Amino acid sequence: MEMGDILLAVAIMLGKSLLMLVALLVFIAYALYADRKVWAAVQLRRGPNVVGPWGLLQSFADLLKFVLKEPVIPAPANKSMFLLAPLVMCTLSLAAWAVIPLNAGWAIADINVGILYIFAISSLGVYGVIMGGWASNSKYPFLGALRSAAQMVSYEVSIGFVIVTVLMCAGTLNLSGIVESQNTSLGILGWYWLPLFPMFVVFFISAMAETNRPPFDLPEAESELVAGYMVEYSSTPYLLFMLGEYVAIMTMCALGTILFLGGWLSPIPFAPFTWVPGVIWFVLKASFLFILIAMVKALVPRYRYDQLMRLGWKVFLPLSLAMVIIVAAVLMVTGLAPGMR
Amino acid sequence: MSMTVTAAFFYLFATVTIASGFMVIASRNPVQSVLFLILAFVNAAGLFLMMGAEFLAMILVIVYVGAVAVLFLFVVMMLDVDFAALRQGFLQYLPFGALIGVILLIELIFVVSAYVVDPGLIRAPAVPIPAADVMTNTEALGHVLYTRYFYFFQAAGLILLVAMIGAIVLTLRERVGVRRQDISMQNARTQETAVQVRKVPFRQGI
Repeated sequence: MEMGDILLAVAIMLGKSLLMLVALLVFIAYALYADRKVWAAVQLRRGPNVVGPWGLLQSFADLLKFVLKEPVIPAPANKSMFLLAPLVMCTLSLAAWAVIPLNAGWAIADINVGILYIFAISSLGVYGVIMGGWASNSKYPFLGALRSAAQMVSYEVSIGFVIVTVLMCAGTLNLSGIVESQNTSLGILGWYWLPLFPMFVVFFISAMAETNRPPFDLPEAESELVAGYMVEYSSTPYLLFMLGEYVAIMTMCALGTILFLGGWLSPIPFAPFTWVPGVIWFVLKASFLFILIAMVKALVPRYRYDQLMRLGWKVFLPLSLAMVIIVAAVLMVTGLAPGMR
Repeated sequence: MSMTVTAAFFYLFATVTIASGFMVIASRNPVQSVLFLILAFVNAAGLFLMMGAEFLAMILVIVYVGAVAVLFLFVVMMLDVDFAALRQGFLQYLPFGALIGVILLIELIFVVSAYVVDPGLIRAPAVPIPAADVMTNTEALGHVLYTRYFYFFQAAGLILLVAMIGAIVLTLRERVGVRRQDISMQNARTQETAVQVRKVPFRQGI
């Protein structure tokens, strides 16, 4: 390759990444708005309704507010690590979007081990939390960081087994391949949420625990830990933590869409519906999962710490382990395993 | 040109790996040491990627960075280390440490200088490696692991299982006199067993 070709390839990659980032961040701004509106509706409040028509510009106003405030760094904090932690959290959660296919062939990097990449990146998310909690050099953030480290490591295990069952059915680690393997004449009934329904439920709950969403938001349980690992953070560093968290939640929604809801595929596999661009189906499905998560936040009280650990290790782990064996056995006996067809 | 880019990335990853490996032992704060260890792992994963071993790279990140190093960090953060006291004994222990280092170095030199590849091994037929365009890295590894080395693979899993059970048994303490929750007992409670309806006589109580 010549120098010009390389530069061109780099420029195209940068353009794609920029487009993805801007689209993702605007989407997240409205996801945040939707989150608050759903929460308000459940509690019979109005929610954000002042900035812009129906409060539609609320997230952008919040962004400005955070950026313009003064960042406060506590004197006993480890300064470099204190500032590095939110950056790590935000960068890592955005990095996961490099492999997510929004439509057939619409991924920035369509790598063979896409699902492992996402799993690896999401398992790194815990470092932002631990570093932030430790570098604050304060009691509540440290306790919050310890809790969240234990919580995120525990629920990764069951997410891993959920992914393994889907992989056994799909026969590939490539995210586009996983979506294509759900492309049958059955439409919505051929996606993995139906045959693997228990795993879908386990994934949904584990995704909330992994991203510290309520009812599993123990790292920032305000009634006992003030705000967990984020106590000492203000202005832009806090914004980055918040953003990283919401991006991680959207990543989990996108992952659930790809693994269980057929990605960009149309739910009804004939003419007028298949004309709709795949990316619209993808966004609709991811939004559906996000609305479900927002409803859970509004409806379910926070778990107690020991109950959370019990659920992860004593309920989800045996259940998902058993499902791996059952799914493997069924695939072998019926001859439906990807290599045997 | 693309060779130069590849070489540049190789030297970038390699330099950062070695530098952060050095910082693991050089930095004074143990938490920073663990963070540098993590940086070394991630860069080693980058080196794996450059060799086309994408599966190994991802597994390295998931297992070592995502799980093992988190536990390291967890333990190290909770240590209450007095750094001044640690540094006080440094000169006192230096000759002893240097002696062990020199012995290890001599042993390593002996081992490496005497290392010869068995001529019989070179002639032995190797497992044929499929071309990269026929089979992905992950599939090729799976084929070898689950056919030719199946028993070794299972044995490795069994050893890990035994180690895990051993660790649990070592740390499990059943203390008497501690109130514990029994979830199944709680779930088995019904209205009949939990609620008692009593007629209370007026002005007498129970």
